[in-house]
Amino acid sequence: MSQFYTSTDHFTIIPAVMLALFGCAILLFDFLVFPDPRQRKYLLIFVALAEGFTGYALYRQTEWLTANGQTSLTGFGGSVTVDGFGIFFNWIFVIAAMIVAVVSYKYLEISGEHHGEYYGLILFAQSGMYFLATGTDLITLFIGLELMALTFYVMVGFLRTDKRSNEAAIKYLLLGAFSSGFLVYGFSLMYGMAGSTKLAVVAEAIRQRPLWDPVVFLALATTSVGLLFKISAAPFHMWAPDAYEGAPTTVTAYLAVASKAASIAFLLRIFMGPFWSAKEVWEPILSVVAVLTMTVGNLAAINQTNIKRLLAYSSISHAGYMLLGLVAGNDTGINGIAVYVMVYTFMNLGAFLVVVALRRQNIIGEDLDDIAGLMSRSPGYAVLMLIFLLSLAGIPPTAGFLGKYYIFLSLIQTGHFTLAVIGTLYVAVAIYYYFKIVRSMFIRESTEKAPMATSAGLRLALGVSGVLTLAIGVYPEPFLRLAQTSLLR
Amino acid sequence: MPSGYIPILIFLAVAISFPVVAILAAKLIRPAAPSVIKLEAYECGIKAASDSRGRYTVRFYIIAILFVIFDVETIFLFPWAVRYRTLGWFGVAEVAVFLAILIVGYIWAYKKGALEWV
Amino acid sequence: MTEVPISWFLTLSAVLFVLGVAGFLFRRNIITVFMSIELMLNAVNLTFITFSYQLKRVNGHLFAFFVMVVAAAEAAVGLAIILTIFKNRGTLNIDDVDSMKN
Repeated sequence: MSQFYTSTDHFTIIPAVMLALFGCAILLFDFLVFPDPRQRKYLLIFVALAEGFTGYALYRQTEWLTANGQTSLTGFGGSVTVDGFGIFFNWIFVIAAMIVAVVSYKYLEISGEHHGEYYGLILFAQSGMYFLATGTDLITLFIGLELMALTFYVMVGFLRTDKRSNEAAIKYLLLGAFSSGFLVYGFSLMYGMAGSTKLAVVAEAIRQRPLWDPVVFLALATTSVGLLFKISAAPFHMWAPDAYEGAPTTVTAYLAVASKAASIAFLLRIFMGPFWSAKEVWEPILSVVAVLTMTVGNLAAINQTNIKRLLAYSSISHAGYMLLGLVAGNDTGINGIAVYVMVYTFMNLGAFLVVVALRRQNIIGEDLDDIAGLMSRSPGYAVLMLIFLLSLAGIPPTAGFLGKYYIFLSLIQTGHFTLAVIGTLYVAVAIYYYFKIVRSMFIRESTEKAPMATSAGLRLALGVSGVLTLAIGVYPEPFLRLAQTSLLR
Repeated sequence: MPSGYIPILIFLAVAISFPVVAILAAKLIRPAAPSVIKLEAYECGIKAASDSRGRYTVRFYIIAILFVIFDVETIFLFPWAVRYRTLGWFGVAEVAVFLAILIVGYIWAYKKGALEWV
Repeated sequence: MTEVPISWFLTLSAVLFVLGVAGFLFRRNIITVFMSIELMLNAVNLTFITFSYQLKRVNGHLFAFFVMVVAAAEAAVGLAIILTIFKNRGTLNIDDVDSMKN
């Protein structure tokens, strides 16, 4: 350790270091230890170890914060900040990565693309997410974002011989790079105003400028384009349906859950940090964007026949609800976003996992017809899917209700009654298209008889997400306390 | 006015006039005896095999991808070289870690057969 | 000898950025679209270097380094994906790579 790299610095980034280290180890061990492709699932041990160490490091960080009575610990001269917010989001990434890794091997074996580096990519993406949730410096955030995005470009195109996967990858890559161009242009303007890349200094510089300063506005506009793109908010959502549909379903689940959670964390870091003093400027813009996002997501989902595409549009509309929490902007709203992200993780992962189980030899299994008669074929999956869909629609006593409840509560507290009414109306639309899936499962006759592609990992993951989706809805107190720790101020 | 740009203007004028003068002078002095052979791209006697805008083998692209990565990563070595004395052994260790990560990638590419010419 | 004002550099980089955006929106070949993105990122680099020069601080240079590396990584991943697309479809026109529809 030296003056450039103290033990405090080390303590603040150790989870990301662990993830990157095990990611590199997987790249090497894939060849050295497991030359036989059938042994590749043993690489899961490395993922489990990496997540174990990461979880332990996060636990140690929490311990340190409570033991010293601090709300945050900064490292690298303020570039990385470990606080309740970052730790909360990182737990979500740990759970999402673990679940996705566990269910992947069967799916990839069936698709004929089971390669060791897939698990490495999951870990690399997660180390990028770590910096998105804990970074408080423009450079750190940018590197975290790109580390996450680049690995996702590769993972979306992982089925090399599949035309849809290629297409999804190139669309995601081109639009993703385009949006990060805008984002980084906004960053350059922020740097120009503040002379520093630290978020705290940038926030101070923006506070001293007039509210409608053109440079602030330009920085806000360009940065928002990049951020809204990443959370797939309208009008920058075009990539999401294609990327979600074309990607391997396990990657879609990871993309829909972990990538979105990390982007929300990033968005909150920027809007609650540098741009907080310009709230009057961005509040109306974000309300329009949120309403537009809910409109596009919910209305476009109605006509979909591909389940992954339908869930993609539904995930766009969920981004709209999360934005509403930021528009409200009080503690209930920000806390509501944390609750929403947590709830969304389990229910959305669960819904995609059922689609993963539908993929069998020679059957793509993504169409509404493929899920027909699921109740008579494998009732367990059908009931779980029903729980996830009810939760996605936001019907009590499932977890989804809780997420929406806090968002609407914060809107009412801050007097945004119109937004609350619009949000509630779209819940009704959402129920309609989720029940298209339910009707297909319970009422229609099964078209083929092939059994579900099940594996021990998949059953475990489905069980965990199903139980948690119900548990958060029925007994929310411990989960709410957990989300409470994530308040940014 | 930026008087510092006057040398650049002079230089520009010289640079433009040089080829013009040379070509004009050559045109006035040389004997005119055009032939088909003189119009060929190379006068060494070998006919051009194909258009230079044709397709390359895909192998070049893979080499290019690897080159781009390993070439650009050296950017990070230059700042270290500038502050070598200040950073001391810490800098050496840091760069060793950085290179180790690159080498992992290199081993991976090698094992995947990306460097073999097929 | 007078200096070139800072605003000229900023204007130049803004113009380059807009050119990149226009190229992204209007060109149809994937490789050209890709080059437009690189142009955008390099315009950003110019802004960073300008501010860094004006403020006499070095962290703008640092950011430009990282942007360059990210651009290179994006180019590498992008080229690899473009190769697989060309292998599977035999075209690099963006309008032809559009099989998924609502």
